[in-house]
Amino acid sequence: MITSFIVENSPALMVIVPFIAAFVAPLTGRVAPAVRAWIVGGAMAITSAITLLLASDVYAHGTRLYVFGAQAATQTIAPDSGGIPVRIMFTVDPMSALMLVITAVLAFAVVLYSLTSERDHTGLGSYYTLFLLMVTGILGMVSTGDIFNFFVFLEILSIASAGLIAFRIDGGIAVEAAIKYFVLSTLGALAVLIAIGIYYGQYNALNMALIAQRMQYTLLDQVALVLIVAALAMKCGAVPMHFWTPDAYSMAPSSITALLVVASQASLYGLFRAVFTLYNVTLNAACIGWLLIVLGVLSMVVGVTMAIPQKNVKRLMAYHAISQTGYMLLGVGVGLAVLGNQSFLSAFGYVAMEGGIFHIINHAMYKGLLFLTAGAIFFRIGTYDLNRMGGLGHSMKWTMVFFIIGALAIAGIPPFNGYASKLMIYESVFAFNPILSVIAMVVSILTLASFVKVFHSIFMGPVLPEYKDVKEVPRPMLIGMGILALVVIAFGLFPSIVVDTLVAPAAHALADQGMYIATVIGGGA
Amino acid sequence: MRMSKIVRTGASILYPFIVIFGLYVIMHGHLTPGGGFQGGAVIATGAALLLVAFSAGEISGMVRKSTLMGQETLGLLLFIGAGILGLIMGAPFFANVLANSGLLFGQAVLPGPNPGELNTAGVLPIMNIAVGVEVWGGLAIVVMYLLSTIEREGA
Repeated sequence: MITSFIVENSPALMVIVPFIAAFVAPLTGRVAPAVRAWIVGGAMAITSAITLLLASDVYAHGTRLYVFGAQAATQTIAPDSGGIPVRIMFTVDPMSALMLVITAVLAFAVVLYSLTSERDHTGLGSYYTLFLLMVTGILGMVSTGDIFNFFVFLEILSIASAGLIAFRIDGGIAVEAAIKYFVLSTLGALAVLIAIGIYYGQYNALNMALIAQRMQYTLLDQVALVLIVAALAMKCGAVPMHFWTPDAYSMAPSSITALLVVASQASLYGLFRAVFTLYNVTLNAACIGWLLIVLGVLSMVVGVTMAIPQKNVKRLMAYHAISQTGYMLLGVGVGLAVLGNQSFLSAFGYVAMEGGIFHIINHAMYKGLLFLTAGAIFFRIGTYDLNRMGGLGHSMKWTMVFFIIGALAIAGIPPFNGYASKLMIYESVFAFNPILSVIAMVVSILTLASFVKVFHSIFMGPVLPEYKDVKEVPRPMLIGMGILALVVIAFGLFPSIVVDTLVAPAAHALADQGMYIATVIGGGA
Repeated sequence: MRMSKIVRTGASILYPFIVIFGLYVIMHGHLTPGGGFQGGAVIATGAALLLVAFSAGEISGMVRKSTLMGQETLGLLLFIGAGILGLIMGAPFFANVLANSGLLFGQAVLPGPNPGELNTAGVLPIMNIAVGVEVWGGLAIVVMYLLSTIEREGA
């Protein structure tokens, strides 16, 4: 009975649990910090468990609807509303479920890690409050079926992230990065809000399915599309709107940076959701598809070329994050460009989309892992400067192993997960346009070159005298990194299973707008 | 830095009225314009008035920041609690299970034009109260931090 209650209400519970913990944590922290650590860790574990439960339910039984405040959770259209879904609802389809899996795994690993890595800092009450709010924001963003609610969760996420980026004040530099992030996020959120206003003015609806059903693709809709794509591409760090990313990623505590990667992926999800679910074939697919492809190629090339000369290991990784986002935009952009054409879609379009979406989950895992290793190094030696590191491989063996796994995965070397998704992107994009595929491969080689340099300057060489007392990081941090490393290896060893069970349903759900509309407007499937 | 006696006395006289008006806006959120956020903001302006009229040091001697912080947390937990009430009663999260139930705020709404009955609308007034308490604490703390910094720099 209790399990069926949890499964039934899991979309609400996965938001409720971190919310309550977020506000209980600072209260208990005053009494006993140890209790707070247990509450935060426990709440995050419960949230992850509920989220994974929901995701597996969605993969097994199809899209789940949860209507807030209705008489029954699946009653999308209230009897007295005249056939319009007026209430806020969560629409968790396989694409959302995939994002939920990413968030659940990464947030749990990060919480284990940061309970130790941030142990000695002050202001931890607000830290955990904001951390849990950030997780809530991501979970809400990827599961909501109401576009205004999407904006609300986007704002929760942005405000919490801005606070956390500034957490290590660091002589005001972190605060500067946070202000930059906050101003840009607010601008982006306002653009999204104006787009929402345009939809509401035209279609009298805020429910995504209803807007999608009524979509006419008028001039105003094109304006709204531009606003939404620009804002969310900025939030996910695509070139040329990437300039906040290196600052924010490098100044935030490393555990937060790992979560910021997921936050960026959630914005990417919003972008795909808007393009595929709100507009789908009504928009000029070739034009918008190429727009995403150009954004993707720019991000790949500019990101990696900017990464090579960096001296700060986290700035370097941040530029690589931009570059990797380009792969996702490229893959899904190719899928969008051939959206109306069924033969192209089945020839390579779906594979390209699957590659792009698979890369989202892979990127979150290995990039999260890399940022956590950077944080582990900082935890012991107190600097991110590559010129001042060296010889750490003698003392931090596990961190080195995790770094190698992450670095090989990001460079697309088999048998790690980055290889699996990049191969799908190369092959399918080659069928669409060979030049794009060649660019993608060159970027991968540059990525490898850059990480060879980083690996050498951090871990290789003789033991430096100033670091001769450096020890391995505490075990909870290693476990946090280990979870991600395991996922990276598992996804790399068995990519076909992951693609068939997780990624392919997500890609098809994203492309199939009619199904999405029917699930919501048809009153539940 | 202190304001003149006239300002201080005026602020002291006005403050209870501001609080009462704010509480009125919160309580009648489901009947009249305004609601939890607006009412809480009104009360917080009262706190701002006191802070301007007296010195921030005097005020923070009377109200501790942690009390306000606790008030903020309490409001938020009350809000989520009101949502969970639906889950407990077997309905979805945020379901208005108290409306027309005859319990707290559970009176049925009268048909036709009427001045409105306070004892209606179910969980809506509870949520308004929760938001009011939260915004009161939250905004007051923001104002306190802002003004105490100004004073320190002026001194």
